[in-house]
Amino acid sequence: MSAEVARRSSVPDNKSMPGRSTWWVQPAAIAIGFTLFVVYSFWSVALSPGHSWRAGPYLSPFYSPRIAAGFWPFSSAFLVAWVPLGFRATCYYYRKAYFRAYFLDPPACAIDEPLTRSNYRGERAFPWVLNNFHRFFMYLALVVLAFLWWDTINAFHYLGALYVGVGSVLMLLNVVLLSGYTFSCHALRHFVGGSIDCYSCIRGGRARKGLWGLVTRINPYHGSWAWASLISVAAVDIYVRFVATGAFGSCFNAHTGC
Amino acid sequence: MADQETFTFQVFRGDSSGGEEQEYQVPATTGMVVLDAMHYIQAHIDGTLAVRWNCKAAKCGSCSAEINGRPRLMCKTRLDDFKDVDVHVHPMRTFPVIKDLVTDVSWNYEVNRKMAPFTHDPAEQSPWVMYQEDVDRLYEPRKCIECFLCQDVCHVLRNHEQKDSYFGPRFMVRYQYLAMHPKDILNRTGAVKNKGGVGLCNITKCCQEVCPEHIHITDNSIIPLKERVADEYFDPVRWLGKKLLGKRDERPAESETGPASS
Ligand code: SF4
Ligand code: SF4
Ligand code: FES
Ligand code: FES
Repeated sequence: MSAEVARRSSVPDNKSMPGRSTWWVQPAAIAIGFTLFVVYSFWSVALSPGHSWRAGPYLSPFYSPRIAAGFWPFSSAFLVAWVPLGFRATCYYYRKAYFRAYFLDPPACAIDEPLTRSNYRGERAFPWVLNNFHRFFMYLALVVLAFLWWDTINAFHYLGALYVGVGSVLMLLNVVLLSGYTFSCHALRHFVGGSIDCYSCIRGGRARKGLWGLVTRINPYHGSWAWASLISVAAVDIYVRFVATGAFGSCFNAHTGC
Repeated sequence: MADQETFTFQVFRGDSSGGEEQEYQVPATTGMVVLDAMHYIQAHIDGTLAVRWNCKAAKCGSCSAEINGRPRLMCKTRLDDFKDVDVHVHPMRTFPVIKDLVTDVSWNYEVNRKMAPFTHDPAEQSPWVMYQEDVDRLYEPRKCIECFLCQDVCHVLRNHEQKDSYFGPRFMVRYQYLAMHPKDILNRTGAVKNKGGVGLCNITKCCQEVCPEHIHITDNSIIPLKERVADEYFDPVRWLGKKLLGKRDERPAESETGPASS
């Protein structure tokens, strides 16, 4: 407790103020949402049986791109999953969300932390200092995104003909949301033009400013893109698994199906 | 006419040795803000209540306080927001109380003096020609009214008491302005990291939530500064590229040393 707070301890604290009693709702909801996703994605990547991540022209985003590595005894999804995992774990939006929801550091604005440490080091010390490497995950995430677009195009093509199924549309929606998330990234915003102090002083400066402007237009919604794409990734995976188990019968016809 | 006759206020009364809430009943008027109520108390109930204010127009940044547990300007907080509940008015927690709602914010001015001011090329005198595309990003940080609500809410200063190590969000806004100014010749990155302590910010965005000028402090000031720090300190690829191409940053650098608080 800070000296200032101690001196004013006769005064009720912010948690008990009118309208602030629900301060815990948002961090709790975020913690539950993340935990559900992490548990589900671990099951999907590591524990799910057989090849249920593929059905007809559909492929679960957790399993793309496919890397065939004979030496690898575990689920091949692990060979790629660390990229989106690292990308999200070091993302500026997720940092806000997990520092608040899991570490209560702070739990909500102007709400005191349960443990107030004077040895707080923030993102200066291990492990959080590693968040400074977010850009490298961003470069790799762009590569993975290209594969996901390729998968999506393939999901509109089946048995040698154009094909449109619920799964194709879901995959398209998912890859659009993932693109929104990736292209609104703060590190990308810096990379394409944010690092420049004087656009008129360099060659191609106008173009860099234009690119920066494009990312800046969608960047304020980065948190929404993050949640929407998190949900859509899980939704596509769940849908593909349902189709693969035959829950909808054998539903692939020539041009349309499930 | 407001549809409520009176408001019940619980106002902190005290000084650096301690204090407590005092209850006041204030008649409601149309469009009333919290600062009006404090003035009513001063004029009609207790003239010893201490409040700092100047403009009553959300432009001077003097009347910062914590109203029902949220850092806000008293002159911009309408009582319509508080139907049928008591209104608790406390001084900012992060700074020492002088009296009642008035806090000692002088630490901020000390921090300000630790930053190298705007520094232009001495060979180039104003008036300067600057292009719109180069100054677009500079309007937002200039909106700051120095209310220090962002400093008050920042948990690094408020809960972890790291005023010695972190300059706080308001000064990250100022650093962003200086760092992106096309005519400022100093390299600020080392100072932002080592003197300003930007690494202590964990991007939890409370500063951005409370800023009455709606400056996107975290998104447009702190994160871009963190990315600049990453450029120079956490990017081996960039470092190697610069070595191979023989590129060097010729700009003079702002001093990175000196204690962050006196
Ligand atoms: S985002 Fe950073 S500077 Fe702003 S309140 Fe949070 S920790 Fe403090
Ligand atoms: S950045 Fe916003 S909250 Fe901080 S001092 Fe300036 S106006 Fe106030
Ligand atoms: S992906 Fe969120 S900031 Fe880069
Ligand atoms: S009195 Fe000037 S900002 Fe409130």
